Amino acid sequence: MNEPGFLDIISFGPGGWGAALLAAALMTVAVAVTGFTAGGIIGIFAAWAKISGGRALRVIADGYTTVLRGIPELLVIYLFYFGGSALVTAVGKYFGAEGFIGLPGFLAGSLAVGVTSGAFHTEVFRGAFRTVNKGELEAATACGMSPWLKFRRIIAPLTLRHALPGLGNVWQVVLKESALVSVTGVVELLRQAQIGAGSTGLPFDFFLIAGALYLAISTFSGFVLRLGERRLSRGVRRG
Amino acid sequence: MDWAFLSETFRNLVSAIPLTLKLGALSMVLGSILATLLALMRLSGIRALDGVARLYIFVFRGTPLLVQIFLIYYGLGQFPAVRHSFLWPFLREPYWCAILALTLNTGAYVAEIIRGGLLAVPAGQIEAARACGMSPWLRFRRIVMPLAIRQALPAYGNEVIAIVKATSLTSIITLMEVTGVAARIIAETYRTVEVFVVAGAIYLAINFVLTRLIMLAEYRLTPHLRQPPQGRLVSAKGETR
Repeated sequence: MNEPGFLDIISFGPGGWGAALLAAALMTVAVAVTGFTAGGIIGIFAAWAKISGGRALRVIADGYTTVLRGIPELLVIYLFYFGGSALVTAVGKYFGAEGFIGLPGFLAGSLAVGVTSGAFHTEVFRGAFRTVNKGELEAATACGMSPWLKFRRIIAPLTLRHALPGLGNVWQVVLKESALVSVTGVVELLRQAQIGAGSTGLPFDFFLIAGALYLAISTFSGFVLRLGERRLSRGVRRG
Repeated sequence: MDWAFLSETFRNLVSAIPLTLKLGALSMVLGSILATLLALMRLSGIRALDGVARLYIFVFRGTPLLVQIFLIYYGLGQFPAVRHSFLWPFLREPYWCAILALTLNTGAYVAEIIRGGLLAVPAGQIEAARACGMSPWLRFRRIVMPLAIRQALPAYGNEVIAIVKATSLTSIITLMEVTGVAARIIAETYRTVEVFVVAGAIYLAINFVLTRLIMLAEYRLTPHLRQPPQGRLVSAKGETR
Protein backbone atom coordinates (compact mmCIF):
# COMPACT_ATOMS: atom_id res chain seq x y z
CA MET A 1 0.00 0.00 0.00
CA ASN A 2 1.30 3.40 -0.91
CA GLU A 3 -1.04 5.75 0.88
CA PRO A 4 -0.23 9.45 0.77
CA GLY A 5 0.55 10.91 4.16
CA PHE A 6 -1.17 13.90 5.71
CA LEU A 7 1.53 16.28 4.52
CA ASP A 8 1.33 14.95 0.96
CA ILE A 9 -2.35 15.78 0.91
CA ILE A 10 -2.00 19.39 1.94
CA SER A 11 1.07 20.01 -0.19
CA PHE A 12 0.84 22.29 -3.20
CA GLY A 13 3.07 20.11 -5.36
CA PRO A 14 1.98 17.49 -7.88
CA GLY A 15 -0.33 14.96 -6.26
CA GLY A 16 -1.06 17.40 -3.48
CA TRP A 17 -4.49 18.82 -2.85
CA GLY A 18 -3.38 22.13 -1.35
CA ALA A 19 -4.26 24.30 -4.33
CA ALA A 20 -7.62 22.62 -4.85
CA LEU A 21 -8.53 22.95 -1.18
CA LEU A 22 -7.49 26.59 -1.10
CA ALA A 23 -9.59 27.35 -4.19
CA ALA A 24 -12.49 25.53 -2.57
CA ALA A 25 -12.07 27.60 0.59
CA LEU A 26 -12.28 30.74 -1.55
CA MET A 27 -15.47 29.34 -3.10
CA THR A 28 -16.88 28.79 0.39
CA VAL A 29 -16.14 32.42 1.21
CA ALA A 30 -17.74 33.50 -2.09
CA VAL A 31 -20.92 31.51 -1.38
CA ALA A 32 -21.08 32.83 2.17
CA VAL A 33 -20.46 36.45 1.16
CA THR A 34 -23.09 36.29 -1.61
CA GLY A 35 -25.61 34.68 0.71
CA PHE A 36 -24.84 37.11 3.53
CA THR A 37 -25.21 40.11 1.21
CA ALA A 38 -28.48 38.84 -0.22
CA GLY A 39 -29.71 38.16 3.30
CA GLY A 40 -28.71 41.65 4.37
CA ILE A 41 -30.68 43.27 1.55
CA ILE A 42 -33.73 41.13 2.34
CA GLY A 43 -33.26 41.87 6.02
CA ILE A 44 -33.24 45.65 5.51
CA PHE A 45 -36.52 45.54 3.60
CA ALA A 46 -38.18 43.08 5.97
CA ALA A 47 -37.07 45.08 9.01
CA TRP A 48 -38.42 48.23 7.38
CA ALA A 49 -41.70 46.42 6.67
CA LYS A 50 -41.93 45.35 10.30
CA ILE A 51 -41.11 48.77 11.71
CA SER A 52 -42.97 51.17 9.48
CA GLY A 53 -44.86 49.15 6.92
CA GLY A 54 -48.60 48.86 6.78
CA ARG A 55 -50.56 46.01 8.27
CA ALA A 56 -50.28 43.75 5.21
CA LEU A 57 -46.53 44.29 4.89
CA ARG A 58 -46.04 43.60 8.57
CA VAL A 59 -47.97 40.34 8.39
CA ILE A 60 -45.94 39.23 5.37
CA ALA A 61 -42.65 40.08 7.09
CA ASP A 62 -43.72 38.33 10.30
CA GLY A 63 -44.73 35.25 8.32
CA TYR A 64 -41.41 35.29 6.49
CA THR A 65 -39.26 35.41 9.61
CA THR A 66 -41.39 32.84 11.46
CA VAL A 67 -41.37 30.32 8.63
CA LEU A 68 -37.74 30.71 7.58
CA ARG A 69 -36.47 30.44 11.14
CA GLY A 70 -38.56 27.33 11.77
CA ILE A 71 -37.69 25.10 8.84
CA PRO A 72 -34.36 23.41 8.10
CA GLU A 73 -31.97 25.25 5.78
CA LEU A 74 -31.46 22.09 3.79
CA LEU A 75 -35.12 22.07 2.73
CA VAL A 76 -34.80 25.66 1.52
CA ILE A 77 -31.72 24.75 -0.49
CA TYR A 78 -33.61 21.85 -2.09
CA LEU A 79 -36.49 24.21 -2.86
CA PHE A 80 -34.26 26.72 -4.61
CA TYR A 81 -32.10 24.17 -6.38
CA PHE A 82 -34.76 21.77 -7.67
CA GLY A 83 -37.64 24.24 -7.69
CA GLY A 84 -35.53 26.91 -9.36
CA SER A 85 -34.42 24.48 -12.05
CA ALA A 86 -38.04 23.46 -12.68
CA LEU A 87 -38.99 27.11 -13.01
CA VAL A 88 -36.14 27.87 -15.39
CA THR A 89 -37.02 24.80 -17.45
CA ALA A 90 -40.65 25.87 -17.66
CA VAL A 91 -39.67 29.38 -18.74
CA GLY A 92 -37.21 27.87 -21.24
CA LYS A 93 -39.92 25.66 -22.70
CA TYR A 94 -42.13 28.72 -23.13
CA PHE A 95 -39.42 30.33 -25.22
CA GLY A 96 -38.91 27.17 -27.21
CA ALA A 97 -35.94 25.59 -25.45
CA GLU A 98 -35.70 21.82 -25.32
CA GLY A 99 -35.24 19.61 -22.29
CA PHE A 100 -34.14 20.26 -18.72
CA ILE A 101 -32.25 23.40 -17.79
CA GLY A 102 -30.47 23.29 -14.44
CA LEU A 103 -30.06 26.38 -12.31
CA PRO A 104 -26.39 26.89 -11.44
CA GLY A 105 -25.74 25.47 -7.98
CA PHE A 106 -23.88 28.60 -6.89
CA LEU A 107 -26.85 30.83 -7.67
CA ALA A 108 -29.47 28.55 -6.15
CA GLY A 109 -27.34 27.73 -3.13
CA SER A 110 -26.31 31.23 -2.20
CA LEU A 111 -29.83 32.57 -2.82
CA ALA A 112 -31.20 29.88 -0.50
CA VAL A 113 -28.61 30.78 2.13
CA GLY A 114 -29.52 34.43 1.64
CA VAL A 115 -33.24 33.84 2.09
CA THR A 116 -32.71 31.85 5.31
CA SER A 117 -30.18 34.28 6.75
CA GLY A 118 -32.44 37.18 5.75
CA ALA A 119 -34.83 36.14 8.49
CA PHE A 120 -32.06 36.47 11.07
CA HIS A 121 -30.83 39.72 9.52
CA THR A 122 -34.34 41.11 9.88
CA GLU A 123 -34.44 40.55 13.61
CA VAL A 124 -30.93 41.93 14.09
CA PHE A 125 -31.74 45.13 12.18
CA ARG A 126 -35.07 45.53 13.93
CA GLY A 127 -33.50 45.17 17.34
CA ALA A 128 -30.68 47.57 16.46
CA PHE A 129 -33.04 50.18 15.04
CA ARG A 130 -34.87 50.31 18.35
CA THR A 131 -31.75 51.64 20.01
CA VAL A 132 -31.57 54.64 17.67
CA ASN A 133 -32.50 57.75 19.59
CA LYS A 134 -35.81 59.14 18.39
CA GLY A 135 -34.56 62.69 18.84
CA GLU A 136 -31.86 62.15 16.23
CA LEU A 137 -34.48 61.03 13.70
CA GLU A 138 -36.61 64.07 14.51
CA ALA A 139 -33.61 66.33 14.21
CA ALA A 140 -32.86 64.89 10.78
CA THR A 141 -36.43 65.52 9.67
CA ALA A 142 -36.29 69.01 11.12
CA CYS A 143 -33.15 69.69 9.07
CA GLY A 144 -35.22 68.91 6.00
CA MET A 145 -33.48 65.68 5.05
CA SER A 146 -35.27 63.56 2.48
CA PRO A 147 -36.15 60.02 3.65
CA TRP A 148 -33.31 58.56 1.61
CA LEU A 149 -30.74 61.04 2.93
CA LYS A 150 -31.99 60.45 6.45
CA PHE A 151 -31.58 56.74 5.98
CA ARG A 152 -28.11 57.06 4.50
CA ARG A 153 -26.66 59.63 6.90
CA ILE A 154 -28.47 58.95 10.16
CA ILE A 155 -30.35 55.64 10.35
CA ALA A 156 -27.87 53.36 8.59
CA PRO A 157 -24.71 54.32 10.54
CA LEU A 158 -26.46 54.36 13.92
CA THR A 159 -28.26 51.08 13.32
CA LEU A 160 -25.15 49.41 12.01
CA ARG A 161 -23.24 50.31 15.14
CA HIS A 162 -25.63 48.31 17.29
CA ALA A 163 -26.30 45.64 14.68
CA LEU A 164 -22.68 44.65 14.18
CA PRO A 165 -22.35 42.09 17.02
CA GLY A 166 -25.59 40.44 15.91
CA LEU A 167 -24.49 40.55 12.27
CA GLY A 168 -21.27 38.83 13.34
CA ASN A 169 -23.29 35.95 14.73
CA VAL A 170 -25.36 35.76 11.55
CA TRP A 171 -22.17 35.72 9.48
CA GLN A 172 -20.77 32.77 11.46
CA VAL A 173 -24.04 30.90 10.94
CA VAL A 174 -24.03 31.69 7.20
CA LEU A 175 -20.43 30.53 6.88
CA LYS A 176 -21.32 27.16 8.39
CA GLU A 177 -24.55 26.97 6.42
CA SER A 178 -22.59 27.39 3.20
CA ALA A 179 -21.36 23.82 3.73
CA LEU A 180 -24.89 22.64 2.91
CA VAL A 181 -24.57 24.16 -0.55
CA SER A 182 -22.29 21.22 -1.33
CA VAL A 183 -25.45 19.16 -2.03
CA THR A 184 -25.98 21.25 -5.18
CA GLY A 185 -22.60 20.20 -6.52
CA VAL A 186 -20.82 23.53 -6.06
CA VAL A 187 -17.19 22.68 -5.43
CA GLU A 188 -16.81 24.52 -2.15
CA LEU A 189 -14.74 23.33 0.76
CA LEU A 190 -16.87 20.39 1.88
CA ARG A 191 -17.52 19.18 -1.67
CA GLN A 192 -13.81 19.36 -2.46
CA ALA A 193 -13.07 17.37 0.68
CA GLN A 194 -15.61 14.74 -0.42
CA ILE A 195 -13.96 14.55 -3.83
CA GLY A 196 -10.54 14.19 -2.26
CA ALA A 197 -11.79 11.60 0.22
CA GLY A 198 -13.34 9.60 -2.59
CA SER A 199 -10.25 9.56 -4.77
CA THR A 200 -7.68 8.84 -2.05
CA GLY A 201 -9.69 6.74 0.39
CA LEU A 202 -8.68 9.02 3.24
CA PRO A 203 -11.96 10.61 4.37
CA PHE A 204 -10.75 11.39 7.88
CA ASP A 205 -7.79 13.46 6.72
CA PHE A 206 -9.81 15.42 4.20
CA PHE A 207 -12.75 16.23 6.46
CA LEU A 208 -10.32 17.16 9.21
CA ILE A 209 -8.59 19.61 6.88
CA ALA A 210 -11.94 21.00 5.77
CA GLY A 211 -12.94 21.49 9.40
CA ALA A 212 -9.65 23.22 10.17
CA LEU A 213 -10.10 25.57 7.22
CA TYR A 214 -13.64 26.46 8.33
CA LEU A 215 -12.25 27.15 11.78
CA ALA A 216 -9.53 29.36 10.29
CA ILE A 217 -12.03 31.34 8.21
CA SER A 218 -14.39 31.88 11.13
CA THR A 219 -11.57 32.86 13.48
CA PHE A 220 -10.19 35.34 10.98
CA SER A 221 -13.59 36.87 10.28
CA GLY A 222 -14.26 37.13 14.01
CA PHE A 223 -11.06 39.14 14.29
CA VAL A 224 -12.10 41.45 11.43
CA LEU A 225 -15.54 41.92 12.98
CA ARG A 226 -14.05 43.01 16.26
CA LEU A 227 -11.97 45.59 14.42
CA GLY A 228 -15.08 46.84 12.64
CA GLU A 229 -16.97 47.05 15.90
CA ARG A 230 -14.26 49.16 17.42
CA ARG A 231 -14.26 51.47 14.41
CA LEU A 232 -18.02 51.93 14.29
CA SER A 233 -18.38 52.61 17.98
CA ARG A 234 -15.86 55.41 18.10
CA GLY A 235 -17.37 58.18 20.12
CA VAL A 236 -19.59 55.90 22.18
CA ARG A 237 -19.13 56.31 25.87
CA ARG A 238 -19.06 53.04 27.75
CA GLY A 239 -20.31 52.95 31.28
CA MET B 1 -54.21 21.89 -6.54
CA ASP B 2 -53.55 18.17 -6.62
CA TRP B 3 -55.03 17.14 -3.29
CA ALA B 4 -54.42 13.43 -3.86
CA PHE B 5 -50.69 14.05 -4.28
CA LEU B 6 -50.55 16.40 -1.32
CA SER B 7 -52.29 13.97 1.01
CA GLU B 8 -50.11 11.08 -0.13
CA THR B 9 -46.99 13.20 0.41
CA PHE B 10 -48.31 14.23 3.79
CA ARG B 11 -48.86 10.60 4.81
CA ASN B 12 -45.37 9.62 3.65
CA LEU B 13 -43.76 12.49 5.51
CA VAL B 14 -45.76 11.94 8.69
CA SER B 15 -44.50 8.37 8.86
CA ALA B 16 -40.96 9.82 8.96
CA ILE B 17 -41.68 12.11 11.92
CA PRO B 18 -40.85 9.49 14.60
CA LEU B 19 -37.28 9.18 13.32
CA THR B 20 -36.82 12.97 13.32
CA LEU B 21 -38.13 13.18 16.88
CA LYS B 22 -36.05 10.22 18.04
CA LEU B 23 -32.86 11.74 16.62
CA GLY B 24 -33.67 15.10 18.15
CA ALA B 25 -34.72 13.83 21.57
CA LEU B 26 -31.87 11.37 22.06
CA SER B 27 -29.16 13.82 21.03
CA MET B 28 -30.79 16.52 23.15
CA VAL B 29 -30.68 14.35 26.28
CA LEU B 30 -27.16 13.03 25.68
CA GLY B 31 -25.99 16.48 24.58
CA SER B 32 -27.29 18.07 27.76
CA ILE B 33 -25.38 15.58 29.89
CA LEU B 34 -22.20 16.30 27.93
CA ALA B 35 -22.91 20.02 28.15
CA THR B 36 -23.28 19.92 31.92
CA LEU B 37 -19.91 18.20 32.17
CA LEU B 38 -18.33 20.79 29.88
CA ALA B 39 -19.88 23.69 31.76
CA LEU B 40 -18.62 22.31 35.08
CA MET B 41 -15.17 21.91 33.54
CA ARG B 42 -15.26 25.52 32.39
CA LEU B 43 -16.25 26.69 35.86
CA SER B 44 -14.00 24.31 37.79
CA GLY B 45 -11.22 26.85 38.08
CA ILE B 46 -8.72 24.15 37.11
CA ARG B 47 -6.73 25.54 34.22
CA ALA B 48 -6.30 22.29 32.29
CA LEU B 49 -9.97 21.29 32.49
CA ASP B 50 -11.07 24.79 31.54
CA GLY B 51 -8.70 24.80 28.57
CA VAL B 52 -9.88 21.45 27.27
CA ALA B 53 -13.55 22.45 27.49
CA ARG B 54 -12.80 25.81 25.88
CA LEU B 55 -11.00 24.14 22.96
CA TYR B 56 -13.80 21.61 22.54
CA ILE B 57 -16.46 24.32 22.42
CA PHE B 58 -14.39 26.44 20.03
CA VAL B 59 -13.88 23.56 17.60
CA PHE B 60 -17.43 22.23 17.62
CA ARG B 61 -19.07 25.63 17.37
CA GLY B 62 -16.64 26.83 14.72
CA THR B 63 -17.08 24.05 12.17
CA PRO B 64 -20.20 23.09 10.19
CA LEU B 65 -22.26 20.23 11.60
CA LEU B 66 -22.15 18.51 8.22
CA VAL B 67 -18.34 18.32 8.41
CA GLN B 68 -18.65 16.74 11.85
CA ILE B 69 -21.19 14.22 10.57
CA PHE B 70 -18.96 13.28 7.63
CA LEU B 71 -15.90 13.08 9.84
CA ILE B 72 -17.64 10.56 12.08
CA TYR B 73 -19.59 8.62 9.47
CA TYR B 74 -16.99 8.40 6.69
CA GLY B 75 -13.83 9.39 8.52
CA LEU B 76 -13.70 7.00 11.48
CA GLY B 77 -14.00 3.92 9.28
CA GLN B 78 -10.63 4.82 7.78
CA PHE B 79 -8.81 3.44 10.83
CA PRO B 80 -8.50 -0.34 11.16
CA ALA B 81 -8.34 0.08 14.95
CA VAL B 82 -11.85 1.53 14.87
CA ARG B 83 -13.12 -1.07 12.42
CA HIS B 84 -11.97 -3.89 14.66
CA SER B 85 -13.10 -2.39 17.93
CA PHE B 86 -16.26 -3.33 19.82
CA LEU B 87 -17.70 0.07 18.84
CA TRP B 88 -17.77 -0.72 15.14
CA PRO B 89 -21.27 -2.27 15.14
CA PHE B 90 -22.46 1.17 16.31
CA LEU B 91 -20.17 3.40 14.27
CA ARG B 92 -21.06 1.47 11.13
CA GLU B 93 -24.69 2.52 11.46
CA PRO B 94 -25.62 5.94 10.08
CA TYR B 95 -28.20 6.23 12.87
CA TRP B 96 -25.63 6.05 15.69
CA CYS B 97 -23.16 8.22 13.79
CA ALA B 98 -25.87 10.83 13.44
CA ILE B 99 -26.71 10.64 17.15
CA LEU B 100 -23.04 10.93 18.04
CA ALA B 101 -22.45 13.93 15.77
CA LEU B 102 -25.61 15.74 16.90
CA THR B 103 -24.77 15.06 20.55
CA LEU B 104 -21.19 16.31 20.28
CA ASN B 105 -22.37 19.39 18.38
CA THR B 106 -25.26 20.42 20.59
CA GLY B 107 -23.18 19.65 23.69
CA ALA B 108 -20.84 22.51 22.75
CA TYR B 109 -23.67 25.00 22.29
CA VAL B 110 -25.65 23.96 25.37
CA ALA B 111 -22.49 24.03 27.52
CA GLU B 112 -22.22 27.80 27.07
CA ILE B 113 -25.94 28.19 27.82
CA ILE B 114 -25.60 26.21 31.05
CA ARG B 115 -22.46 28.10 31.99
CA GLY B 116 -24.30 31.37 31.52
CA GLY B 117 -27.15 30.09 33.67
CA LEU B 118 -24.83 28.97 36.45
CA LEU B 119 -22.96 32.28 36.41
CA ALA B 120 -26.24 34.15 36.70
CA VAL B 121 -27.11 32.63 40.07
CA PRO B 122 -26.78 35.52 42.54
CA ALA B 123 -23.90 35.10 44.99
CA GLY B 124 -26.18 36.11 47.87
CA GLN B 125 -28.43 33.13 47.29
CA ILE B 126 -25.49 30.75 47.47
CA GLU B 127 -24.19 32.46 50.61
CA ALA B 128 -27.62 32.21 52.19
CA ALA B 129 -27.77 28.50 51.40
CA ARG B 130 -24.32 28.04 52.91
CA ALA B 131 -25.36 29.99 55.97
CA CYS B 132 -28.33 27.64 56.35
CA GLY B 133 -25.82 24.81 56.58
CA MET B 134 -26.63 23.12 53.28
CA SER B 135 -24.10 20.63 51.99
CA PRO B 136 -22.61 21.44 48.57
CA TRP B 137 -24.75 18.80 46.87
CA LEU B 138 -27.97 19.94 48.54
CA ARG B 139 -27.08 23.52 47.71
CA PHE B 140 -26.60 22.60 44.06
CA ARG B 141 -29.81 20.59 43.93
CA ARG B 142 -32.09 23.00 45.74
CA ILE B 143 -30.69 26.43 44.98
CA VAL B 144 -28.14 26.64 42.18
CA MET B 145 -29.68 24.22 39.68
CA PRO B 146 -33.27 25.50 39.75
CA LEU B 147 -32.14 29.10 39.46
CA ALA B 148 -29.70 28.27 36.66
CA ILE B 149 -32.33 26.32 34.72
CA ARG B 150 -34.78 29.17 35.02
CA GLN B 151 -32.17 31.55 33.68
CA ALA B 152 -31.03 29.31 30.84
CA LEU B 153 -34.40 28.10 29.60
CA PRO B 154 -35.10 30.73 26.91
CA ALA B 155 -31.70 30.18 25.29
CA TYR B 156 -32.13 26.43 25.65
CA GLY B 157 -35.44 26.71 23.81
CA ASN B 158 -33.63 28.24 20.83
CA GLU B 159 -31.16 25.37 20.88
CA VAL B 160 -33.98 22.81 20.91
CA ILE B 161 -35.35 24.33 17.70
CA ALA B 162 -31.83 24.32 16.24
CA ILE B 163 -31.47 20.59 16.98
CA VAL B 164 -34.77 19.75 15.31
CA LYS B 165 -33.60 21.65 12.24
CA ALA B 166 -30.18 20.01 12.44
CA THR B 167 -31.67 16.50 12.29
CA SER B 168 -32.45 17.26 8.64
CA LEU B 169 -28.73 16.99 7.84
CA THR B 170 -28.75 13.31 8.75
CA SER B 171 -30.69 12.69 5.54
CA ILE B 172 -27.39 13.25 3.73
CA ILE B 173 -25.99 10.10 5.37
CA THR B 174 -29.02 8.13 4.16
CA LEU B 175 -31.32 8.44 7.17
CA MET B 176 -34.93 8.62 6.05
CA GLU B 177 -36.28 11.24 8.40
CA VAL B 178 -38.65 13.98 7.20
CA THR B 179 -36.15 15.80 4.98
CA GLY B 180 -34.77 12.51 3.63
CA VAL B 181 -38.23 11.34 2.60
CA ALA B 182 -38.99 14.79 1.17
CA ALA B 183 -35.81 14.70 -0.94
CA ARG B 184 -36.72 11.23 -2.20
CA ILE B 185 -40.23 12.34 -3.21
CA ILE B 186 -38.78 15.42 -4.94
CA ALA B 187 -36.35 13.23 -6.87
CA GLU B 188 -39.15 10.87 -7.91
CA THR B 189 -41.77 13.45 -8.88
CA TYR B 190 -39.96 16.78 -9.47
CA ARG B 191 -42.79 18.51 -7.62
CA THR B 192 -40.52 20.52 -5.39
CA VAL B 193 -42.87 23.24 -4.24
CA GLU B 194 -45.67 20.97 -3.03
CA VAL B 195 -43.28 18.67 -1.17
CA PHE B 196 -41.47 21.65 0.32
CA VAL B 197 -44.71 23.16 1.58
CA VAL B 198 -45.81 19.92 3.25
CA ALA B 199 -42.40 19.18 4.80
CA GLY B 200 -42.01 22.80 5.92
CA ALA B 201 -45.43 22.71 7.55
CA ILE B 202 -44.46 19.58 9.47
CA TYR B 203 -41.28 21.18 10.80
CA LEU B 204 -43.16 24.33 11.70
CA ALA B 205 -45.74 22.29 13.58
CA ILE B 206 -43.07 20.39 15.52
CA ASN B 207 -41.25 23.60 16.40
CA PHE B 208 -44.48 25.34 17.34
CA VAL B 209 -45.35 22.59 19.82
CA LEU B 210 -41.81 22.62 21.23
CA THR B 211 -41.75 26.39 21.74
CA ARG B 212 -45.12 26.16 23.53
CA LEU B 213 -43.73 23.44 25.81
CA ILE B 214 -40.69 25.55 26.63
CA MET B 215 -42.93 28.54 27.32
CA LEU B 216 -45.05 26.39 29.63
CA ALA B 217 -41.95 25.22 31.49
CA GLU B 218 -40.80 28.82 31.75
CA TYR B 219 -44.17 29.82 33.15
CA ARG B 220 -44.06 27.07 35.76
CA LEU B 221 -40.51 27.88 36.79
CA THR B 222 -41.10 31.60 37.32
CA PRO B 223 -43.98 31.81 39.82
CA HIS B 224 -42.49 34.99 41.26
CA LEU B 225 -43.06 36.86 38.01
CA ARG B 226 -46.75 36.01 37.86
CA GLN B 227 -49.64 38.06 39.15
CA PRO B 228 -51.01 36.57 42.36
CA PRO B 229 -54.09 34.58 41.39
CA GLN B 230 -56.51 35.67 44.10
CA GLY B 231 -56.96 38.53 46.53
CA ARG B 232 -56.81 41.08 43.76
CA LEU B 233 -59.10 43.95 44.61
CA VAL B 234 -59.79 46.82 42.34
CA SER B 235 -60.29 49.99 44.26
CA ALA B 236 -62.70 52.70 43.26
CA LYS B 237 -59.94 54.57 41.48
CA GLY B 238 -59.15 51.56 39.36
CA GLU B 239 -55.84 50.76 41.03
CA THR B 240 -54.97 47.16 41.48
CA ARG B 241 -54.18 46.22 45.06
